Amino acid sequence: MVNQIETEVPEIGAGGLARFAWRQLTSMRTALILLMMLGLAAIPGSLLPQRPQNPMAVRQYFVDQPELARWIDKAGGFDVYASSWFSAIYILLFISLIGCVLPRTFEHLKTMRALPPVTPKYLEKLEAHSAFAGDGKDLERAEKWLRKNRFRLRIQDGSISAEKGYVRETGNLLFHLSLILILIGVSVGSLFGMKGSAIITTGERFINLATSYDSLDYGKITNETSLNTFSIKLNKFVATYDPVTNIPLDYSAFVTTIDELGKQQDQVIKVNSPLTFGTTRVYLQANGYSPFVTVRNSVGNVTFQGAIPFLPQDTNLRSIGAIKVPEASPQIGFVSSFVPTYERDPQMGAISVYPLLLEPKLLFSIWEGDLGLDTGIPQSVYKIDTTKMTRIALDSLAPGESYSFNGGSITFEKVEPWINLQIVRDPGKSYSLIGGILALLGLLASLFGRRRRIWIKVDASGRVEVAGLAKTNAAALEIEMAHFVSAIKGEK
Amino acid sequence: MGVFALSFFAHAFETAWAVKVPAEGSASPKLDYSKSDKAARIATALMLLGFILLFVAVIARGLSNGHVPWGNMYEFSITGALTFTGAYLVALRKYDLRWLGLFISLAVLLTLGTAITLLYRDSAPLVPALKSTWLVIHVIAAIISGGVFLLSNVIAGAYLYLDSRERSGGRPAWATRLPSLEVLDQLSYRLVAFVFPLWTFAVIAGAIWAESAWGRYWGWDPKETWAFITWVAYAAYLHARVTVGWKGRRAAWLCLFAGSTFLFNYVYVNVWGTGKHTYSGL
Repeated sequence: MVNQIETEVPEIGAGGLARFAWRQLTSMRTALILLMMLGLAAIPGSLLPQRPQNPMAVRQYFVDQPELARWIDKAGGFDVYASSWFSAIYILLFISLIGCVLPRTFEHLKTMRALPPVTPKYLEKLEAHSAFAGDGKDLERAEKWLRKNRFRLRIQDGSISAEKGYVRETGNLLFHLSLILILIGVSVGSLFGMKGSAIITTGERFINLATSYDSLDYGKITNETSLNTFSIKLNKFVATYDPVTNIPLDYSAFVTTIDELGKQQDQVIKVNSPLTFGTTRVYLQANGYSPFVTVRNSVGNVTFQGAIPFLPQDTNLRSIGAIKVPEASPQIGFVSSFVPTYERDPQMGAISVYPLLLEPKLLFSIWEGDLGLDTGIPQSVYKIDTTKMTRIALDSLAPGESYSFNGGSITFEKVEPWINLQIVRDPGKSYSLIGGILALLGLLASLFGRRRRIWIKVDASGRVEVAGLAKTNAAALEIEMAHFVSAIKGEK
Repeated sequence: MGVFALSFFAHAFETAWAVKVPAEGSASPKLDYSKSDKAARIATALMLLGFILLFVAVIARGLSNGHVPWGNMYEFSITGALTFTGAYLVALRKYDLRWLGLFISLAVLLTLGTAITLLYRDSAPLVPALKSTWLVIHVIAAIISGGVFLLSNVIAGAYLYLDSRERSGGRPAWATRLPSLEVLDQLSYRLVAFVFPLWTFAVIAGAIWAESAWGRYWGWDPKETWAFITWVAYAAYLHARVTVGWKGRRAAWLCLFAGSTFLFNYVYVNVWGTGKHTYSGL
């Protein structure tokens, strides 16, 4: 028989490894490191241009430093807050948080139901200890005071053990659980939300359909069927400016809305007061001018008529735009700019000196040829690709005026303001708000709550002994003990 | 008229502090406490006077604006200097920090100097996006938080300096009357613990305002990002102190780091940053 010696190697195995990893992840040290990493990871997103906020700047970055930009893009540097590594950090942090907070919550619920610990044998070793001769009714008065001050009590033979200030731990747990609620709110928003924008000129109606939008992003699991039905008609837009500094003072869009139930209502949208349709809100985001023009061909037939939103370039609303007439043959395009209050600058040419319509003027150059609309490459609505066109004329018009050129005419009928509506649905934001408020309350409780214990003991000779114990703010405990002692002595 | 009043007051508080600085500087090298105590009292009185004048200046600016004076960086700076001085004066009631007054007043002077020379803008009306009750709530919470964070930073800095001096011999003469290292350490922590909920509130209030003005409550705008970083850094600081038990040098360094994220947010994001928090130039 071979003597086999089995060496006892502790089996780690998959389960053990998982337990080890879990304990590591939920340790305070790991949570702290993850918290610091989250802070550091947020930094690049504020230094590099970000796609969701500023796609133009990202494109410019690619033009300026294509090689570097490619590497940054690979690392998710142009969309840090949606990148895998940023997500990894906060998901790990929240797992760590849950792993840390949940067991503590159960523990806390248990201690809250339990009685305070038994009075220790030797009180003199504790803080705020004092002893004095009693009159036999000390325990009664002590109990009354402690109850009045809402301590939790354990009444024993000849002594009372009292504890107060669980609010500290309650607040602490509430704070951390609320952070989870905020994260849930953010997730609900990004899953079920949507965000889009649309430009409407005065007199036009916006109907909440996918086709009405200039841009529209859905949440991860929503689509066009989830848009609720409402419409907004822009009746009038009023902007007021400071006459000295030209600073905008107020923007008001007067609209008529029809909601899901068909109820018609006149409302006003301002910058800080959006419209609300259920969980969808409509914001006034930008404004500009839409020149209204009619283009005719050489025999006088209308080839184009309508309002074209122009894109503002400065605070005085000098705007650029493009009037494209693909119906004409050959195709015609007007590379245009619009100024609400015209003035001629020796260097800059036509400029606007005030954002209101004091002396509106439409300036344009007329191009003939191929607008390039059929190439399939998306074009800016504010610009014309003139590579396959030739310039045939140049002029400027005031409202009501017309200009005839070789091949037709253009009439500048009138000009109306446009507004850019931002339509956002975020069903998660109320969770985040509640989470934020609860987190703040929890934080206050956890920072300013004091957990402390007070003991009183009366021995056979009638000698009274009191002592306390506080984890934080020993000074406050001293004061409280002084009150306690004077209450026992019946001094108040 | 408001501008006239303003420049008058600006000079007045500048003078107040200018007087204070030499008073203290000359008194400190001598160890004659009876004399330096007097100087310190004068300095503190001047500091209080400066605080009151600055307070009046901020109010005057508000009146000349016709709205709360928190529309641009000049106004933030003077109000920030006010809350910073205020935090110092409040802390002074409990702790004898008068020997830090030199640095406090220097910091305030630099802030005000920058505000008046580089950041000054004439009174102007608010743009529509700023017309909201949240302007008052969000900005005052942020400015008070900033003032207290920076004071806690000054104290953490003093802690580090005195700690290194004590290790290599002893405190310099002028600093012998500052509280002990333990007290400075505790004070710096208490200031942060006191103001961290306020900062949290400032961020939440900002989010609520952003929801009604910009259509989203959080959008990783540079200012928001750095407010978040500051929040995370101070949260880490509080955890390190309360849960892990950090104190002394390590805690002071972490405090300085967290405070510098706040300053960075204020200076860098306002001046060079792009984003939605940019109004009226600065």
